[in-house]
This record gives sequence, structure tokens and C-alpha cells, in this order.
Amino acid sequence: MPDNAVQTRDLVKRFGDFLAVDHVTLDVRRGEIFGFLGPNGAGKSTTIRMLCGLLLPTSGSATVGGLDVMTQSETIKHHIGYMSQKFSLYDDLTVEENIDFFSGIYGVPQARRAERKAYVLKMAGIEERRSSLTALLSGGWKQRLALGCAILHEPPVLFLDEPTSGVDPIARRTFWDLIYQLSAAGHTIFVSTHYMDEAEYCHRLALMYRGKIIALGSPGELKRSLEGHALLRLQSSDLLGSMQALEKLPGVSDVAVFGGGLHVTVPDAASAIPGIRAALEDARIAVTILEPIDPTMEDVFVAMIEREEKKAA
Amino acid sequence: MSFRRLKTVAKKELLHILRDVRSLSLALALPLVMLLLFGYALTLDVDRIPTYIYDQDRTPQSRELIDQFRGSTYFQILGVVHDYKPVDRAIDKSAILLSLTIPRDYARHLLAGQEAGVQLVIDGSDSNTASIALGYAQAVVQSYAAQLRSDAQIRKGGQALRVPVDPRIRVWYNSDLKSKNFIVPGLIAVTMMIIASMLSSLTIAREWENGTMEQLLSTPVRPRELVLGKLLAYFALGVTDMLICVIVGVFIFQIPFRGSVWFLFFTSCLFLFGALSWGIFISATARTQLLAFQMGMLSSFLPGYLLSGFIYSIQNMPKVIQVVSAIVPARYFVTILNGIFLKGVGIRILWGEVTMLFAYAAIVFFFASRKMRQKVA
Repeated sequence: MPDNAVQTRDLVKRFGDFLAVDHVTLDVRRGEIFGFLGPNGAGKSTTIRMLCGLLLPTSGSATVGGLDVMTQSETIKHHIGYMSQKFSLYDDLTVEENIDFFSGIYGVPQARRAERKAYVLKMAGIEERRSSLTALLSGGWKQRLALGCAILHEPPVLFLDEPTSGVDPIARRTFWDLIYQLSAAGHTIFVSTHYMDEAEYCHRLALMYRGKIIALGSPGELKRSLEGHALLRLQSSDLLGSMQALEKLPGVSDVAVFGGGLHVTVPDAASAIPGIRAALEDARIAVTILEPIDPTMEDVFVAMIEREEKKAA
Repeated sequence: MSFRRLKTVAKKELLHILRDVRSLSLALALPLVMLLLFGYALTLDVDRIPTYIYDQDRTPQSRELIDQFRGSTYFQILGVVHDYKPVDRAIDKSAILLSLTIPRDYARHLLAGQEAGVQLVIDGSDSNTASIALGYAQAVVQSYAAQLRSDAQIRKGGQALRVPVDPRIRVWYNSDLKSKNFIVPGLIAVTMMIIASMLSSLTIAREWENGTMEQLLSTPVRPRELVLGKLLAYFALGVTDMLICVIVGVFIFQIPFRGSVWFLFFTSCLFLFGALSWGIFISATARTQLLAFQMGMLSSFLPGYLLSGFIYSIQNMPKVIQVVSAIVPARYFVTILNGIFLKGVGIRILWGEVTMLFAYAAIVFFFASRKMRQKVA
């Protein structure tokens, strides 16, 4: 068995003229939480669907748990759990009936069924509502039940396609706690999202943009990889004036309002600070704070996409 | 094929059916409503033909002829008129279908042993009914004339006139020649065709619309298990509907039931299997419930009514249409049901139709499963 839970090589999916997934190569290690980040329409779902055997790749290769998606997709289905953003449950069935149904089609052995059902009910915190119709559950509950149904057969690899879209922040938080638990229990988790804060929770990330992987690594690695991209936080007496003064300054690549201050992007923090101070003094603006800060995932993501677009232009 | 997954799918589908009370009651009430509606409305029997009489002769003979019409249940004399104008008007207004005019010298000609004509004016806009009415009227007129002539012969001291050929007509199987006896079994076939494809046409499309199909495709469940599991659940509903139809046919419409109940059960199951598979095939193709429903209705209703031979005889259709009708399963089921109800025949006679139903079910099931195997797009 290879060490990688998921492995793709030059994976391509083409819909007519549209290249949805463009030579994607990535490795997901066993037991890790692998985040798949990108704007809507970047090709995240398409990639996940190919890995789950819902779509056939146009070209390239991929394995899940060491099994080939081209030729062994039926076998793969026994070893994966899949949850889409729609939380695909049957609304007219009760919580228990949904669990029983998925337990049946995943072929959970009879002896383990009761135990697995109890585990899922407990995990989703839904024991008291086991006989309610699924339609009556709130978004957060549905989401946790959908996750529960996808792991009834204890799949080594779990694919979650934007599992947190459309639920409230507290439910999102709870959901990520569950993902950590599953990861600690040895499941490999492949999760796509467009929430940047969620990206920080992942062990490793792939940034996908227009069908391509434009960056791959741990959140720390990605932030450090922004060479020639340092971020400064600035607070001053005149926000708008500072902005105008700095935009014209050579060596400043971007100025953006962020909360009550500005985020200034420069190639190198240490060498840029004196120039900025001087420029603001000239404009008679008092600087209260000017310091280098760690970029957030969002900064990294925006910078990466800008770089990608410059390359394309 | 895993029996466990099959059972799981069937059980889940049965829960869907039982939870959706509105659809369930519709599915059970529909055959009843359709049978009663069509069974009573669709009668091809012609009786109580509204008739005017214009008697120019006014003799005992002409009055006796009129009495013959009065005595027949096929005619209803709405009035006796004294010229043609009311006849014209009544036909224009569709108040009457037929008028009988007895000419002035009817009795004289008759007694003299000559041709004694009467005039029948008939509204031919519905040619089928008109020709049947005409036939009845001719029969009444001719039999009266023949009787009169033979009476005269006897009075003259001779022997009764021998009619050289005396046909003794015996109608087999539907001896009353009641149209409902062949309409109702055919109607059962058509009703079942419509209900079966309607019931199952929504089931896969609903899974596509709700996104559950994508979920199912990511699980080990096989397309064949999914189709068969769903079929089994709808089968239970279909058999119940079939039972309702048969009970209504036998007890409300008093259709004779001469064949084997088991043969009926066996052929119904075969037919249901094909019709339900067709619905599932449509459902997998359409992927939206609205489209699936429309396709289901169109593809079962029209061929069911027009090409099954239940009202319109297939033998009288152009060759091309006859060939097309060969792929309409209701056609075979209509023949089978008529055979079971009216003739009491079984597999030895109907094996050809049974084979066709079997072939239809197998082919459609194959394509339905294959359609399901296609990936998401």
C-alpha cells in the first residue's frame, strides 16, 4: 500500500471546450486533513467527484487508498465517505431511517450496526431527535447527520465537498471539532472550502484556481512562500490621506483598508518601513502603528491569484 | 447483486411511498376514478335512438310497423310529425338521430306483394352510430315485412314461405354484445399502464433534484440494485391498484371473469414490471420531476389509448401504425385481459402475448439500469 491516501497525476477533466480540471497533481498523506481551497467554479467539486467515482477523468490518473479511479471505482466506493454541500439526506425519512438506509447500502455488518448507529447519533448530538423527520432539523444538525451517514462504514478516506456552506458559525466550529476527532481516529480527510479561516485548520492545503493547483503546502509554508510579499499594518491620524500618499510611493505594491487601519503590501518589510515613515511625515500624517504582520490565508490567497493573473497577462 | 442492498433500497422506497399521503391516496384513487369515468362514459352501444315518425299512410299496417319501433329498446319515439320541416329542424338541433317516413301506399304495396319502401333519414355526422342505427332500423322494417308476407301466404291457404337460408347466429364470449365487456378489461390495461409509469417516473428524478442521487452514486449500491429495489416497492402499489381494478370490473361493471386468477396475477406482474421499468427509464433520462411526469403521461396515455387496440381496432389501422403498435405493451395486455375475462383462455393461447410482455420488461429494465449507470454531469 502506498503511503498516500489520495494521489493524482496530471488529472484532467474537460466538459466540451471548458477545461474544468487542468493537470492536477497532488498527494494526500494518510491521516491528514487536506484542504482544498479555491473560489467557486475553480474545479474543486469536479476533482472530488472524479476521486469518488462520480465522474470519469478525461485523462491523467488518480488513486484513492491505492485503488485506481479509472478501473477500480466500484471497489473504491467501499472505502470512501462522501458528503456534498447539499447534505444529501432524505427529508421524508426520520434520522434513524436515514442512518439505517446508509448503513444498509454501505454494507455495515449486522453485528456492528447498532453500535455504529449509536456512535453517529452521539457524534452528531442528535440522540434525542432520532425519531424526528430529517426535514425538521436545523442546518447544523442536518450537516452533522450527513457527515455521520458518510462515515457509518468507517471509511479510511473521507471526501467533504464544502461541508460547511450555509450553516451558522457555531455549527461550523462544532463541525471542525468533529473533523479533528475523525482525523485523530485515523481517517484521512479531503475537504474543500471557500472559507479562508477554515483553511488554517488544515494540515496541508492546495489552492485551486481556474482548474489549476497554484500552491500546495501547509498553511505556514504557504505564508512563508509569499516571497517579495511582506505585509505591514498601519494606523495613522488620516486613513484616507495615508492611502493616497502610499499608493504613489514606489516599492509599495498594494494598499488596502483593513478594519480601522491599512494593510500595506511591500516586497520587503525592513527596507520599506523607513520610506513609508518619511512619505507620511511629508504628508503631515502622524503614524501610530507601523509593523510587519503575518499574512492571513486570505492575503496569501489573493496574492497568489494576482501573481497567477499577471503570469497569464 | 447484493440482496441486502436491494432490501435496503426497497424498504427506503416503501417508506417514501407511505410517507407521502397525498400521492399515495392519489395512486389508490386514480384507478377507481378512471375506471368509473371511462367505464360509464365510454360506451359504444347504440340504444334508445331518438326517432321521429312521419306516417303518410295511416293504415293498420303502417301503425303496426310503428308499434314495432315503439316496442324495441333500440328506439325511442320522440314524436309523430306531419311534414318534413320538424324533421329537418330536429336533426339540425341533434334532437333526433333518425326519422322514419312511411309513404302513402305502403300498405297497398305490401299486401299486393310488391316492394314496399319506407324512408329513413339519418344524421350521419357520427358515422359509426349512424350505421349501427340504420342497421337496427332496417332489421325492424324487414322483419315486419317478412312476417306480414308470410301471414298473407298462410291466409291464402298456402304454406309458410320458406326462407332458403335461415342463419342462426350465436355470438361467442360476449354474447350480449355489450361494449363494456370488452372496454373494461382493456381499460384496466390502459389504466395500469398510465399509473405504473406515472408512479415510477418521479422516483429517480426526485433523487437527482434533491442531490441524493449523487450521494447514492458515491456508495457501493449498484444501478441494478437501485432500479430493482425501487421497482419492488412500486410493485406493491401496482399490484394493489390492479386488485382494485379487477374488483371494480367484476363487481361494479359485472364483467364476466372466466379465466384463471393465477394467470391474471402472473401476467399482471409481468406487465407491471415492464411499465414500472419504463417509468424508471424516463425518470433517469429526464432528471427533473416535471419533465419526467410529462414524458411519463405522454408516453403511456397516448399509445395506451390509441395503439393498444382497446377501442380502436389495430387491424383497421394503416400498416405503419400497426408496426408501431407492436412496441406498445398495453396492446398485449389488452389481448391477455380480454382473453382471461371474456374467453377464459390461458397461456396455451396467449403465449405469444406473454412472450412479448416478457421481452418488453427485460429490454426496458436493461436500458433503465444502463441509464442509471451513467455518471453525473
